[in-house]
Amino acid sequence: MIQVSKLSKYYGGKRALGPVSFEIDDGETVGFLGLNGAGKTTALRILACDLRPSAGAVNVGGVDALNDPHEVRKRIGFLPESPPLYQEMTVGSYLEFAADLRRVSRGDRTKMVGEAIELTDLGAVSADPINTLSHGFRQRVGLAQAIVHKPALVILDEPTRGLDPKQIVEMRKLIHGLKDRHTVLISSHILAEVSQTCDRLLVLGQGRILGAGTEAELAAHEGNVKLVSITVRVPPAASGEPYRDGEVDAKKTISTVLSRIDGIKEVTEPQSRGDGWAVSLTSTKDLRAEISRAVVQAGLDLLKLDYARSELENTFLRLVDTGASAEA
Amino acid sequence: MRAATIIYRREMGTYLQSIVGRIVGSLALLLMGVTFQVFGAKTQLSGEMLQQFFWGSSGVVMGVSIILSVRLVAEDRQTGSLLLLNTSPVRDVEIILGKFFAAQSFLALILAVSVYIPLLIKSEGKITGAQIFVGYLGLFLLGSATLAIGVFASTLSKQQIVSAVIGAAIVMLMLLFYQLSRKLEPPVKDIFAELDLWWIHFQQGFMKGVFNLKDAVYYVAVTYFFLLLSVKTMEAKRWQ
Repeated sequence: MIQVSKLSKYYGGKRALGPVSFEIDDGETVGFLGLNGAGKTTALRILACDLRPSAGAVNVGGVDALNDPHEVRKRIGFLPESPPLYQEMTVGSYLEFAADLRRVSRGDRTKMVGEAIELTDLGAVSADPINTLSHGFRQRVGLAQAIVHKPALVILDEPTRGLDPKQIVEMRKLIHGLKDRHTVLISSHILAEVSQTCDRLLVLGQGRILGAGTEAELAAHEGNVKLVSITVRVPPAASGEPYRDGEVDAKKTISTVLSRIDGIKEVTEPQSRGDGWAVSLTSTKDLRAEISRAVVQAGLDLLKLDYARSELENTFLRLVDTGASAEA
Repeated sequence: MRAATIIYRREMGTYLQSIVGRIVGSLALLLMGVTFQVFGAKTQLSGEMLQQFFWGSSGVVMGVSIILSVRLVAEDRQTGSLLLLNTSPVRDVEIILGKFFAAQSFLALILAVSVYIPLLIKSEGKITGAQIFVGYLGLFLLGSATLAIGVFASTLSKQQIVSAVIGAAIVMLMLLFYQLSRKLEPPVKDIFAELDLWWIHFQQGFMKGVFNLKDAVYYVAVTYFFLLLSVKTMEAKRWQ
């Protein structure tokens, strides 16, 4: 569906993107993940034929975007960060306008607008002016205009930006609904966003691709460090002293127990948290079972054990840090 | 040119349905009536009265044309809705023409509604329908040229106020060409005089009910020139 080769974009002398190369297959849902300023929006705007790249090649559906951007525009639907809405129009008339611009025939227009309204659940507000709608509904209208002509490729730039939690869940459902019909590109700096909606991720940092693959593939990358946080309580019997009066012994007991576990790289000093002690530790493999077993066998109470960051968050931050170090 | 028609319909809908469009239209008609009352009532001769009406209306038309046109691209760029057009299979010339013809149609509508004033003069005086037609043709052509200047100014900035200042500055400059030509020597003097937006082509031609083909060609050429500049500016900014 998309082949991108050595693509780069400069604003004056400042590099915003590239050189980057990647391919996206038909029917894939791919997430562009990166911090603000990573080059996500620039990449998507180039793919949407809104920005001309400084160098490189972009091919969408067999068409060279540089030589024939007009033809590529027929095959895409684009939802930018701020939906491109005409506020005074009603939802229905705006979508008809968008369909007409995308060359939907008059015969098909009513049907296709109806389908877009149904898919994005806009039926109740289709006769309302857009400027009377909530932010969540406006975002849906933006999504509806991107899919009204049933493009092969749908590009969504930060589709959940500014939405409340309920609206985010609804938008995710809508995006899930697109997966069977379109190739979808989504950009986001929210990990949960791409994690829950995308088949594959491209991690961008400072204009370059720092990692690519499924979430599992990225997490399995060699040298991946896992950060585990645990909270334990030290009963008097385990430390030999009452809990409150034996702080030094409690810390020593926890550190001793954890130091016996193979594979742990670093352990922080136990910090008092409510009725227990919080410790963070790093490892290169999943040691949650070993940690829980060691803690319980030592007679300590295990109150909490979890990754301090999600697998994807961990991977993402590592990739971004690596990219920043390489750039420096 | 199907996209130009689609954009034309949307822009016309905006002019006709928005409060701003109605206010501008009403204000234009009010000012044309007031200027006629102030300047036209000074004379008893119907021919002069008609000329005074076209004299005052030409100023109103230029002002209204700038107001109608500077929002066309700048507003879309400011609100982000231009992205819809930029990422659709629509050519820049279609965007510019669709928007320009909508503004031109709205201006024509305002002029059509104002025709009751010269008809009142005609009913009581000795002017011909041809004089009225030529005067209105002049207003329409002058308005079209000013609209094209406004559209061009609108492509330069996303701030409507900045576009309005640029558009008004270009119009003012072109209104000064005749005064400037009086201080110059031929042949530069003649060139500047012929480039004047109002004095030679409107005041000495259309306003007096005299139709000269060169005056019409001048306004069409100015319109074409600034629309061409608008398209080129859009092309440069869209896919850069």
